[in-house]
Amino acid sequence: MLQKKNLWWVLAIAVFAMYPIVVTNPLFTTIAVFTTIYMACATSWNMFSGYSGYIALGSAVFYGSGAYTMALLSLHLHMAAGSDMFWLVPVGGLVAMVFAVPFGWIALRVRRHTFVVITIAVFFIFQLSAINFGFTGGTSGLALPFITWGYQNFNTPFYYVGLSLVVFATALSAAVRRSRFGLQLLAIRDDEDRAMGLGVKVSAVKITGFTLSAFTVGAAGALYAMFVGQIYPQFVFDPMFDVSIALMTFLGGLGTLTGPLLGALVLEASQQYLTVTFSNSSLYLILFGALFLIVIMFMPQGVVVYLRDRVTRRAEREREAVAANDLATADAVAPLDVAVGGAH
Amino acid sequence: MDVLLSATGVTKSFGGLQALAECHLDVERGSVTGLIGPNGSGKTTLFNVITGYVKPDAGTVTFDGRDITNARPDAVFSLGVGRTFQLTRIFARISVLENMLIATQHDESWLRGLLRSKSSKVEVDNAMELLEFVGIARLAHLQAGALSYGQRKLLELAYVLVANPDVILLDEPAGGVNLTLINGIKEKIRALNKSGKTFLIVEHNMEFVMSLCDRVTVMHQGTNLVTGTPAEVRANPLVLDAYLGGDDDDDLTEAVAGA
Repeated sequence: MLQKKNLWWVLAIAVFAMYPIVVTNPLFTTIAVFTTIYMACATSWNMFSGYSGYIALGSAVFYGSGAYTMALLSLHLHMAAGSDMFWLVPVGGLVAMVFAVPFGWIALRVRRHTFVVITIAVFFIFQLSAINFGFTGGTSGLALPFITWGYQNFNTPFYYVGLSLVVFATALSAAVRRSRFGLQLLAIRDDEDRAMGLGVKVSAVKITGFTLSAFTVGAAGALYAMFVGQIYPQFVFDPMFDVSIALMTFLGGLGTLTGPLLGALVLEASQQYLTVTFSNSSLYLILFGALFLIVIMFMPQGVVVYLRDRVTRRAEREREAVAANDLATADAVAPLDVAVGGAH
Repeated sequence: MDVLLSATGVTKSFGGLQALAECHLDVERGSVTGLIGPNGSGKTTLFNVITGYVKPDAGTVTFDGRDITNARPDAVFSLGVGRTFQLTRIFARISVLENMLIATQHDESWLRGLLRSKSSKVEVDNAMELLEFVGIARLAHLQAGALSYGQRKLLELAYVLVANPDVILLDEPAGGVNLTLINGIKEKIRALNKSGKTFLIVEHNMEFVMSLCDRVTVMHQGTNLVTGTPAEVRANPLVLDAYLGGDDDDDLTEAVAGA
């Protein structure tokens, strides 16, 4: 059943798939690789934090774990530099999930604001560990097997793997939204105690969601490590990463399917572009800050929700004009009127 | 007497405040049992202990012969004890129908929840039937946050019913709703009780309690003061004292005396 909505998705994937064929400038394909990485991460982050309302600011734990998994395994397994290393991308995701279980088990014992603080604390534990442990290479990081694919075509395989992660994360997020489990996450967001009183096993649901969302972020971290070829603890365990994917999702629309995709597409692409053109790597922070203020002030639910509301409101206005009478009668909702007498 | 739900010697303090002191309560199978008492007498705390939201310092809670003391709220619910809250609690940002679906399949494992779709046709039909029963079926696809206070009360009753619990604890079902709706809720409770559901109701509206309940337990300062039929309770001087003693509930005193 290829409905109109699905057709848009197919079209979007087609456009993204065509991108490196149409745009061959390595500068722009590099930006595209980073953009897919962030689109995948923001979508995955939203799948837990957006649906459950538990704003996690420690996803860099998963990103870094994935990156170090890629680096350490490719080095210790003496892998040949090349496309074989892509097999380690999902492995990075799985390792991130392994870390997510105890992380979630601890952090999800507390609610809301305290949870945010705990995630930040856990994040710093990981960053400091990466800096101080010997096997991670400390502050000098790790150099991965050097891939020699040539300047012109280097980015393309990375781009398609990144795009696959985006498609995977989006499909998973959509599936979760449609499942009983997803409904339970939304119930937890709206009223966790009440959900508990309706039989929802809240701890199990939260930890599962948290762990599930770690996969794509870890895989993206592994892809990042392979792409840049050299990782440092302060770049793969980067607090800006946590803030970025949260901001992207807020910008697009927290808890929506397209919101994080759109937010990451706009923010990451423009950040990379600004960094490259002005060779100033912190200029984007000003842009982020300004954009964030605008969104919070004018469309606090994000761009996607704002636009959707506008569209439905316009449709409603038109309908109202046509059938004002119908609406007037439907408006007066009097529950329990006739039904009472007939109750048996 | 076939006791379905019972609390024995339940004691709970919050810091220096003794909320429950050796409280006893029996709910007979198939009855509508009322729980009344001045504000602060521990009614809601007792509800919270029974449904697993608060752990008692001492005492036991049994349901259908099983010890459910200290069981988690989701486990208590899965066994067949449903409840509503004093201030209605619904899931505001999902649709009314989705609210109804949360309690379905409450006993399935979380892993299955991950793999199955939000709802089957049977579940949706059942949910719609219950919404029809409480009279808000036409609001099914509205976001629940858009409902009025009275409609929220009805939704809360309906989604507790989804899981078909044996006993339903209602915390002030008539609080803050108009007379027509109060009578409507009363009728619903009667109809459900006739079909075999047991009720335990906390309510300040004396007319509501006295006309609906088979037995009434009066609580005072964290313990059960008097238990009996509505007529017995009304005639008992201790009850009046309990209400008169509490200086915060003058209207209730009059209500008890006059009802």
